[in-house]
Amino acid sequence: MYSFDYERPSGVNEAASALGEDDKFLAGGQTLLPTLKLRLSQVDKLVDLGAIGELKGIAKSGSELTIGAMTTHVTVANSGDVKSAIPALGSLAAHIGDAQVRNRGTIGGSIANNDPAADYPAALVALGATVHTNKRSISAEDFFVDLFETALEDDELVTKVSFPIPEKAGYAKFPNPASRFALVGVFVAKTASGVRVAVTGAGPSVFRQSDMEAALGSNFAADAVSGIKTDASGLNSDIHASADYRSHLISVMAARAVTAAG
Amino acid sequence: MTTVSMTVNGKKVSADVAPNTLLVQFIRENLRLTGTHVGCDTSQCGACTVHVNGDSVKSCTMLALQAEGAEVKTIEGLAANGELHPMQAAFKENHGLQCGFCTPGMIMSAVDLVKRNPNPSEETIRTELEGNICRCTGYHNIVKSVKSAAENMGG
Repeated sequence: MYSFDYERPSGVNEAASALGEDDKFLAGGQTLLPTLKLRLSQVDKLVDLGAIGELKGIAKSGSELTIGAMTTHVTVANSGDVKSAIPALGSLAAHIGDAQVRNRGTIGGSIANNDPAADYPAALVALGATVHTNKRSISAEDFFVDLFETALEDDELVTKVSFPIPEKAGYAKFPNPASRFALVGVFVAKTASGVRVAVTGAGPSVFRQSDMEAALGSNFAADAVSGIKTDASGLNSDIHASADYRSHLISVMAARAVTAAG
Repeated sequence: MTTVSMTVNGKKVSADVAPNTLLVQFIRENLRLTGTHVGCDTSQCGACTVHVNGDSVKSCTMLALQAEGAEVKTIEGLAANGELHPMQAAFKENHGLQCGFCTPGMIMSAVDLVKRNPNPSEETIRTELEGNICRCTGYHNIVKSVKSAAENMGG
């Protein structure tokens, strides 16, 4: 790693004002630190969000589940509130990376990074979540812009994510056997305003599959989506899987997600 | 340089470190506790696993400064009063290691695993140890060791 300065503020406002032009916020560090170690990234200063208590925790109120940005994956996976409100979200968190990564990695860090193969973006978009920052609230669909790009401004940090509780939801992913990142992951949610299907891992950034949404809207069954094809042009193609293979996996994972939703 | 203070294996320690010092560097180079190994240095192999406030973490993917005020436990802190920890004893008994390089991380992960799953099935053990790579054993005796330790630990 190149050298850098380090600050560990105890409040959100203090953190935002500590951040300079070539600085970065440090959440769980499970992506940022390896990136710095490989010298793929360089910062003047890391502003560590680890000591900010108000960014941690899970709350359920009425029709909404709220998760603080610095809540770790293991906390989400084991939360009784998550299991009762959106079990698919708990299961998703339980299958991110490995046990050690889940003990450090956070929901805020994951979504702010917007890795194209991360799990959480699919859940946020399918559930119609809202991302709250120190400045504003952004709908999940507007938040995830493109490959590793979000709507966050330079000195803006995610404070929490709120999820409307769906009627039912399911997530299925085909994990890369080495990294556990999603080669393709599909999150399906049946909500009061209709069915939403979000796909991660397949394209440069998470996207909705509207043909599947329409099909599930009239018949919420695995058979309804298993035959629906996704255009492979524009999908990712790399050493792990071709675009055509990813396209095929979307149909398979979508059907499994519907089955998981029950 | 920034001063960092934490408790490692029950002992309060403090040192001036550069902010880009990793927790594993601090443990091995400042404290000379070389039981914690660096295998891949890319957060994949788990040889550097230690406990921070009771949870297993990869100490190559955490800054020493992030452990400010934390309780850290390394493989050297597991045995008590000259007696091996039940997990260590089970690895010895069941031949859960060959070259031994991955073993400290494997044991630290396994202790955390049993804490979270007091009576783990073989499948749970294999899934929970996904973050630890062993190139010798084929994992069979590692899984056997963890199962036996969990039983001895009163699971």
